[in-house]
Amino acid sequence: MHRFANPARFMRVSGVVLPWLAVLTSVLLAVGLVLGFRAPPDYQQGETVRIMFIHVPSAMLSLGCYTAMALASAMALIWRHPLAEIAAQQTAPLGAGFTAICLVTGSLWGAPMWGTWWVWDARLTSELVLFFLYLGYIALVHAFDDPTRGIRAASVLALVGWINVPIIKYSVDWWNTLHQPASIMRLGGSTVDRSILIPLMVMAVAFFLLYTVLLVVRMRASLLERKIRALRLIEAEAVPSDYGFAEPAHSVLAEPSA
Amino acid sequence: MSEFLAMGGYAAYVWPAYAVALVILGGFTINAVARYRAAARALDSLQARRPGGSR
Repeated sequence: MHRFANPARFMRVSGVVLPWLAVLTSVLLAVGLVLGFRAPPDYQQGETVRIMFIHVPSAMLSLGCYTAMALASAMALIWRHPLAEIAAQQTAPLGAGFTAICLVTGSLWGAPMWGTWWVWDARLTSELVLFFLYLGYIALVHAFDDPTRGIRAASVLALVGWINVPIIKYSVDWWNTLHQPASIMRLGGSTVDRSILIPLMVMAVAFFLLYTVLLVVRMRASLLERKIRALRLIEAEAVPSDYGFAEPAHSVLAEPSA
Repeated sequence: MSEFLAMGGYAAYVWPAYAVALVILGGFTINAVARYRAAARALDSLQARRPGGSR
């Protein structure tokens, strides 16, 4: 684990894996979409069931991204590892994006099937809270002049906020909600017909791979940006020495030797 | 084809749902690639200025 957590090694390995992962993601997305639009319409919900092929995968990813962010934040807090920190930070906007897709597509599905765009029930409200947790994390990262302090505060928020994830998952069992209970991942097997379940599973895997690809590209970009910042800092520090500021700072505080 | 686009009368719900997903995920993809390319270019020009600097 730690061997792969070395930034230079990460750049090397991810550079080799990334093109293959991108191709696999594109193929699975295409297959999932074709299967999804070829699936027979639901006997009750008609064609609106096709919204599920993006709604459910993005809902899974909205929870998955937050869990990944919380885990990476824990690793960043405990081991102070720069890659874990970057992984958490680069996951947050993606998670917010998947949560937004989940909320909007859910609304577009609810309007014709439930007769309402929105209700303040447990599932919908807790998912909205998840969206705000992502936004809070992103805001907190940038809220301090010192980036390390921002990341540390945001990491704590990511960890504490994780309590919302099981609440969302089990909200449909714990409270009476308009949202239907779990039908795919449940004890006793899925209740979804295979004609719908297979395209759904393909789309779920494709969405997960897309998250992975986007995360890796964003992490690579972030590592390069950090390197640029470090190089600029070295250049900036090199300038003042010409103007007589080369004295080390501690000499100001040093006791004058009598 | 027009029957497919009509989505059994639910076109106004199904297509916007797919459009939102396309805009958000497509936006992330374009942004991620552009950001990486910009950073790689900036780093290259920065290192070209520094004698003996290598990636």
